[in-house]
Amino acid sequence: MAKDTEILESITSSEYKWGWETKIENDSAPKGLNEDIIRFISAKKEEPEWLLEWRLKAYHQWLSMKEPKWPNVQYPEVDFQDIIYYSAPKKKPTAKSLDEVDPELLDTFKRLGISLEEQKRLTGVAVDAVIDSVSVATTFKAKLGELGIIFMSFSEAVKEHPELVRKYLGSVVPVTDNYYAALNSAVFTDGSFCYIPKGVRCPMELSTYFRINAANTGQFERTLIVADEGSYVSYLEGCTAPQRDENQLHAAVVEIYAAKKAEVKYSTVQNWYPGDKQGKGGIYNFVTKRGICAGDYAKISWTQVETGSAITWKYPSCILKGDYSVGEFYSVAVTNNYQQADTGTKMIHIGKHTKSRIVSKGISAGRSQNSYRGLVQIMKRAEGARNFSQCDSLLMGDKCGAHTFPYIEVENPTAKVEHEATTSKIGEDQIFYCNQRGIDTEDAVALIVNGYAKEVLKQLPMEFAVEAQKLLALTLEGSVG
Amino acid sequence: MLLTINNLQASIDGMDILKGINLNVNAGEVHAIMGPNGSGKSTLASVLAGREEYEVTGGEVLFNGKDLLELAPEERAREGLFLAFQYPVEIPGVSTTNFLKTAVNQVREHRGLEPLDAVSFLRLMKEKMQLVEMSQALLNRSLNEGFSGGEKKRNEIFQMAMLEPQLAILDETDSGLDIDALRIVASGVNKLKGKDNAVIVVTHYQRLLDYIVPDFVHVLYKGRIVKSGTKELAMELEEKGYDWIKAEVEAGA
Repeated sequence: MAKDTEILESITSSEYKWGWETKIENDSAPKGLNEDIIRFISAKKEEPEWLLEWRLKAYHQWLSMKEPKWPNVQYPEVDFQDIIYYSAPKKKPTAKSLDEVDPELLDTFKRLGISLEEQKRLTGVAVDAVIDSVSVATTFKAKLGELGIIFMSFSEAVKEHPELVRKYLGSVVPVTDNYYAALNSAVFTDGSFCYIPKGVRCPMELSTYFRINAANTGQFERTLIVADEGSYVSYLEGCTAPQRDENQLHAAVVEIYAAKKAEVKYSTVQNWYPGDKQGKGGIYNFVTKRGICAGDYAKISWTQVETGSAITWKYPSCILKGDYSVGEFYSVAVTNNYQQADTGTKMIHIGKHTKSRIVSKGISAGRSQNSYRGLVQIMKRAEGARNFSQCDSLLMGDKCGAHTFPYIEVENPTAKVEHEATTSKIGEDQIFYCNQRGIDTEDAVALIVNGYAKEVLKQLPMEFAVEAQKLLALTLEGSVG
Repeated sequence: MLLTINNLQASIDGMDILKGINLNVNAGEVHAIMGPNGSGKSTLASVLAGREEYEVTGGEVLFNGKDLLELAPEERAREGLFLAFQYPVEIPGVSTTNFLKTAVNQVREHRGLEPLDAVSFLRLMKEKMQLVEMSQALLNRSLNEGFSGGEKKRNEIFQMAMLEPQLAILDETDSGLDIDALRIVASGVNKLKGKDNAVIVVTHYQRLLDYIVPDFVHVLYKGRIVKSGTKELAMELEEKGYDWIKAEVEAGA
């Protein structure tokens, strides 16, 4: 403890040194990015010295890097000096009751089947004390605590479990990894930390709890999940409800570490604001997600349903280091109007008899561009490695685009790699057939699209699969006929 | 009168196909529409169902007194018009069960009925499955995907049974069926036939009419009904082919 206090003191004083004394009292940092800002963030969060050093290293790395231009997306230059990198989380309710909330938004919630409680939370309505979601969260936390499962915000984890955070942070996505990961490492403000001890099977989807927990984690979110030997966890991030944010650029990092025989299932439903019909004002979602199957027989499975954001740039990946380890990637990416998505995965086979499976379903409508980009790499010692990839594209209308960029690198002759790809158009025949049975066109599109995406949707936890189905239909509303 | 067609004209891509169709169908009747290839039989079925590629250029169609041509295809279906497709469409990932649950409940909603819950729906399915010897396994598979020709046609009649239409149009339902499948399909249609509904059987061959016996037979040629009669007319066509009809028409013209 004494040491912690020392560290805290030294940080606080260093800030004084940099002349931030008045700013520290403020809720947010001034615009722009420099070393001072990073020290400011670190001090605000009362971080230990090693973490500040880690951030600064990332920052210097970032300065030497160039923004990637290879994704198949177009957007105006991002001005990194025009961004506020720290603002305190908003805690105050913005509305007294749901009556004060935009009725159009409420209608969307209703159609997605989101509960009243959840609606209140999402719209910033003060929550009724009787059914306080915080107390639900506390109950969950107690239950998880009994099993030794650690699940808390990243900031809390830094304070309460610094040894674990220090050991695993950056072990899967190093600060040097890529431009946006480096940026995130320098300036991340919060996120989630999860540790499942040896042999423990997490008894609940961490989804419900997470949804309660996840509000206002900011634009540079950091998630770290560590599954120790023989443990299991299913984790759900995101929300089907449309999410708006004043920050246009989002650059999150998610790291997963799976030890021997551990299994992690990570599901995402992403519905950030995609911009208006002309594509203006939408979120740029530049995310780095990666997991390592560090031990033998480990398994990591990514499932994502991507419907939001003006631009999505995201490749949840698996490093299959342990022998017999397994990586999976299931994805549905929908783009409409002027949305652009460049998404896919990387499966890096290092260990022997490692297996990976990729199922990607792209749906493009309007004037959107939808790209699948995937790498399957079989390293020299990956004896008997296997991969199966299925990449399908569905086009709606004739002004959108679907693209597939598969990269396959095989260095071991015993490997077996299969790649299948199809492109189809949603058929007028199919819609007419549905119409003829009394089903209107919107519902027909929903049926057809959900059928197409079924293989991926069925990977989602039950509670979310239903919402995700409705979300797909909503996203594509009005795109046919 | 269930269906009244007056001087119906329709074209596709600027080509006139239907050149003035007149037809009256009462509840309880079975009408057969026969004719050589390219005479406009399937076009008539498609226009009645509301397929968009066809442009109606003249005439009117009344269905239960309503202007059918004003209605969207799904509204026609909900009003009780059913088309058994010549080429049933495949929808991957959507089971027949799921598909029909959506359809049945949208039709019920239109008729002011409560949607069926899962239990009642399954009970109804079980009952109707027997009509066309459908298996549960088939209904759990993706709609028509990988179905044999016979399975697809049986599925059409099964859907008809589920939706209980007032007017069913069977568009060349016999094409591609072996004799056993034909028998199953026809017996399904016969069981569904009643005094409150009508069937229009569109076919090239007389064969199906051995099993589904029509009250009236109409011969369509070059976009017009050129001859009407009873089931004996179908027999005559089977025996003599269509050439004599063509000759008659050319002579009259």
